[in-house]
Amino acid sequence: MSEQTPRSAAAGTSGAVVVTGMGATTPLGGDVPSTWEAALAGRSGARPLTMPFVEELGLPVTFGGTLAVPATDVLPRHESKRLDPSAQYALIAGREAWAQAGAPEVEGERLGVVVATGIGGVTTLIGAYDVLRERGPRRVLPLTVPMLMPNGAAGALAIEFGAQAGAHSPASACASGAEAIAYAAEMIRTGRADVVIAGGTEAAILALPIAAFASMHALSLRNDTPETASRPYDVTRDGFVLAEGAGVVVLESEAHAAARGARVLGTVAGAGITSDAHHIAAPDPEGLGATRAMRLALQQAGAQPSDVVHVNAHATSTPVGDVAEAVALRAALGGATDAVAVSATKSMTGHLLGGAGSLEAIFCLKALEDGLAPPTINVTELDPQIDLDVVLDEPRKIPNGPDVVALDNAFGFGGHNAALALTGPRGGAA
Amino acid sequence: MAQSENEILDGIAELVNEETGLPKESVEMDKSFTDDLDIDSLSMTSIVVHAEEKFGVTIPDEDSKNLRTVRDVVAYIQQAQG
Repeated sequence: MSEQTPRSAAAGTSGAVVVTGMGATTPLGGDVPSTWEAALAGRSGARPLTMPFVEELGLPVTFGGTLAVPATDVLPRHESKRLDPSAQYALIAGREAWAQAGAPEVEGERLGVVVATGIGGVTTLIGAYDVLRERGPRRVLPLTVPMLMPNGAAGALAIEFGAQAGAHSPASACASGAEAIAYAAEMIRTGRADVVIAGGTEAAILALPIAAFASMHALSLRNDTPETASRPYDVTRDGFVLAEGAGVVVLESEAHAAARGARVLGTVAGAGITSDAHHIAAPDPEGLGATRAMRLALQQAGAQPSDVVHVNAHATSTPVGDVAEAVALRAALGGATDAVAVSATKSMTGHLLGGAGSLEAIFCLKALEDGLAPPTINVTELDPQIDLDVVLDEPRKIPNGPDVVALDNAFGFGGHNAALALTGPRGGAA
Repeated sequence: MAQSENEILDGIAELVNEETGLPKESVEMDKSFTDDLDIDSLSMTSIVVHAEEKFGVTIPDEDSKNLRTVRDVVAYIQQAQG
């Protein structure tokens, strides 16, 4: 670690970026409370896919982590038909987060949005191409472009909440959701905004992405038992489970939150962003970029490795990626790694791609609030290459509150690495 | 086969409701799509595309831009259905 800096950043005094709202829609639940409850209970959100294309096209993977509560059950039809599903999920999560934050009164010019996605409006793109081929160009609807563009969700949330300080959509594959929170925190630290709505979203459980991910041997083929397919760190892991959903938080400068008496749910104490410059899809086998990201996040937080009590790992359940991250984590934290409760919640949620990093940041904040690290399910035999203290099967008590740190890791194709250092609310839930 | 004026009006009201969320009852014959119903040009184009399918007619762009009120659209479709 570099030189010691005062703990004030991590403890959330002046200049801190605090979290005042959280929202999600996931394979485990339609909001944060139900998703978190299911995660603590160790439930799987993977289920057989019922869309006709699965059989028609003979897809090699016939299951996925579809939303527990379909977006079309939540949004009225005139809203859902104007938004790609990826933007619908972000809107649902954004409304929950905004409501929890107490719908803060903030000038539009001081309110920002950062909503990331890995793939963007692929449902709209593929659907429109089918319409073009089958029914001709006159049937392609005029909202096709605003719906398929990857910044569609950010634009929709900016309109919903009147955010005029900038609406951004970082695209860094499966690091996107965490990178969005990092970027949002930076907007607040650099004074561009007082409040930023930030997160990631994905809606890509479709024939083409399934075929394409399967083609690179990235997906689990456990079609007979979807709920056991995502098994990060298990010796028999064979790929990730494609899932969908969104996680969105409301970030706020501590001064702004304090001035309006907002309840603080935690802080984004630090963020580290790096790139591997190694391979477009494979992680650096030594995980150097990931190590640097974690170190940078702790450095910005003014925290030491020994302050870290919990890591929500990227751990997607792929043979190579899980080991590379474990090596990187041990390199970043050194001997302090032994005292860290590591959870791989993708064992339950599946992999939300661009939504993963932000959902898992929410899991970290809930873990610090409750003093409970969520379980990693489906591990029958821990891979001996994984030299970590993995939280298996049941939640585990961890120290909580504002003086300890949880790390949220998110890595993406392209060699993107994002790590967030999060601290909990003062006093936790009790 | 031509449909009655009321059948077409009901059909248009359904399309407007699905596109914008406006109650079907608000879609009355003398309402202007832009001035009274506040429907933007992208939504209007969507409604026209859906109306072509629903009523089995073709509404070329040079004609659709002249369709200002609900009555204009109903009359155009009735005539086109012949």
